[in-house]
Amino acid sequence: MLRSIFIIFFYQLMGEAIKKIFEIRIPGPVIGLVLLLITLILLKRLKTKFVNNLKKDVADTSTYILKYLSFLFVPIGVGVVMHFSYLENNLSKVLFIVFVSTILTIGISAFLMEKINKRINKK
Amino acid sequence: MIEKDKLYSIWVYLQAEPLFWLTLTIGSYLIGDFLYRKSKLFPLVNPVVISITIVSLVLINLNVSYERYFDGAKFIHFMLGPATVALAIPIYKKFKFIQKEALSIFVSLIVGSLFAIISTFVLCKLFNINDQLLFSMLPRSATAPIAMGVSELIGGIPSVTAIITLLSGIVGASFGTFALDLLKLKDMAARGFGMGLASHGIGTARAMSRNETAGVFAALALGLNGIATAILVPLLLKLLNLF
Repeated sequence: MLRSIFIIFFYQLMGEAIKKIFEIRIPGPVIGLVLLLITLILLKRLKTKFVNNLKKDVADTSTYILKYLSFLFVPIGVGVVMHFSYLENNLSKVLFIVFVSTILTIGISAFLMEKINKRINKK
Repeated sequence: MIEKDKLYSIWVYLQAEPLFWLTLTIGSYLIGDFLYRKSKLFPLVNPVVISITIVSLVLINLNVSYERYFDGAKFIHFMLGPATVALAIPIYKKFKFIQKEALSIFVSLIVGSLFAIISTFVLCKLFNINDQLLFSMLPRSATAPIAMGVSELIGGIPSVTAIITLLSGIVGASFGTFALDLLKLKDMAARGFGMGLASHGIGTARAMSRNETAGVFAALALGLNGIATAILVPLLLKLLNLF
């Protein structure tokens, strides 16, 4: 458990460092995510007991953290209520934009994927 | 019976401690989660929304500043970073799927992600939304930790982005199915992918409760669109010379 937390924190730390060093405009944790993904793919063939145990450890801890992903939004969400006056004048506009854009995005991406898969499967 | 003065002094002591606010936050989420389960996972009964409501009501009624609350709750907030890194695991686990349907995943990811960002931008301009709010809205289809990070980077307000991201999740989870039915889409992978792409975690939870394949692809889209949004939003703004 402790070493998997270390690994996750370490990758985030590397992400933050890389963001700073190369002045990349991507959040540090996202760079950490990509680095961890690349590491996992590179380690795919390395099937020693140590690596396997470590991978399982990291996977278990990650799954556990992600189970409570929505809970982690509560503190910032409370901040939103404090920011609500900022949104108030625009509330109906914001709701409209979010509604239209979200529904259309779901439709378009799902539509494209189904049509392309159908075409590929026909061949 | 304890005297009122004594009760007050206990309260003054407790509310200065992070422990009180941590306990309140966890407790309110558990209540929200309980109600969500009781409602048989009805998408409009959202545990996050319930929890935020309870905590906010406590703060407003007891006249406690957000800064004092956050001083305790920041320990929970901190975990958003590691949670983002942890998203590498579900993406890795579904790596075989990605390879198999790489083309359709790639095309609908790029088109969907671009559409979410550009349609938000165009609609905001159409409605005369100010730039700070516009920047807060652009990354709204990414999962919240990523959306908030992007927002901070481009000059939005992360907490405003959080509510707009949450709204996108709730709207997609509640009404997305109707759009998919309207288009007569039958492929569960495609349906899930759309939900996860536009409505991140909340959409994924919804898809997962309906169909396993849909859930797997929603989780995949959630992770991929997090990365795509983090790259595309700053890039598009750069092209427009706004950033």
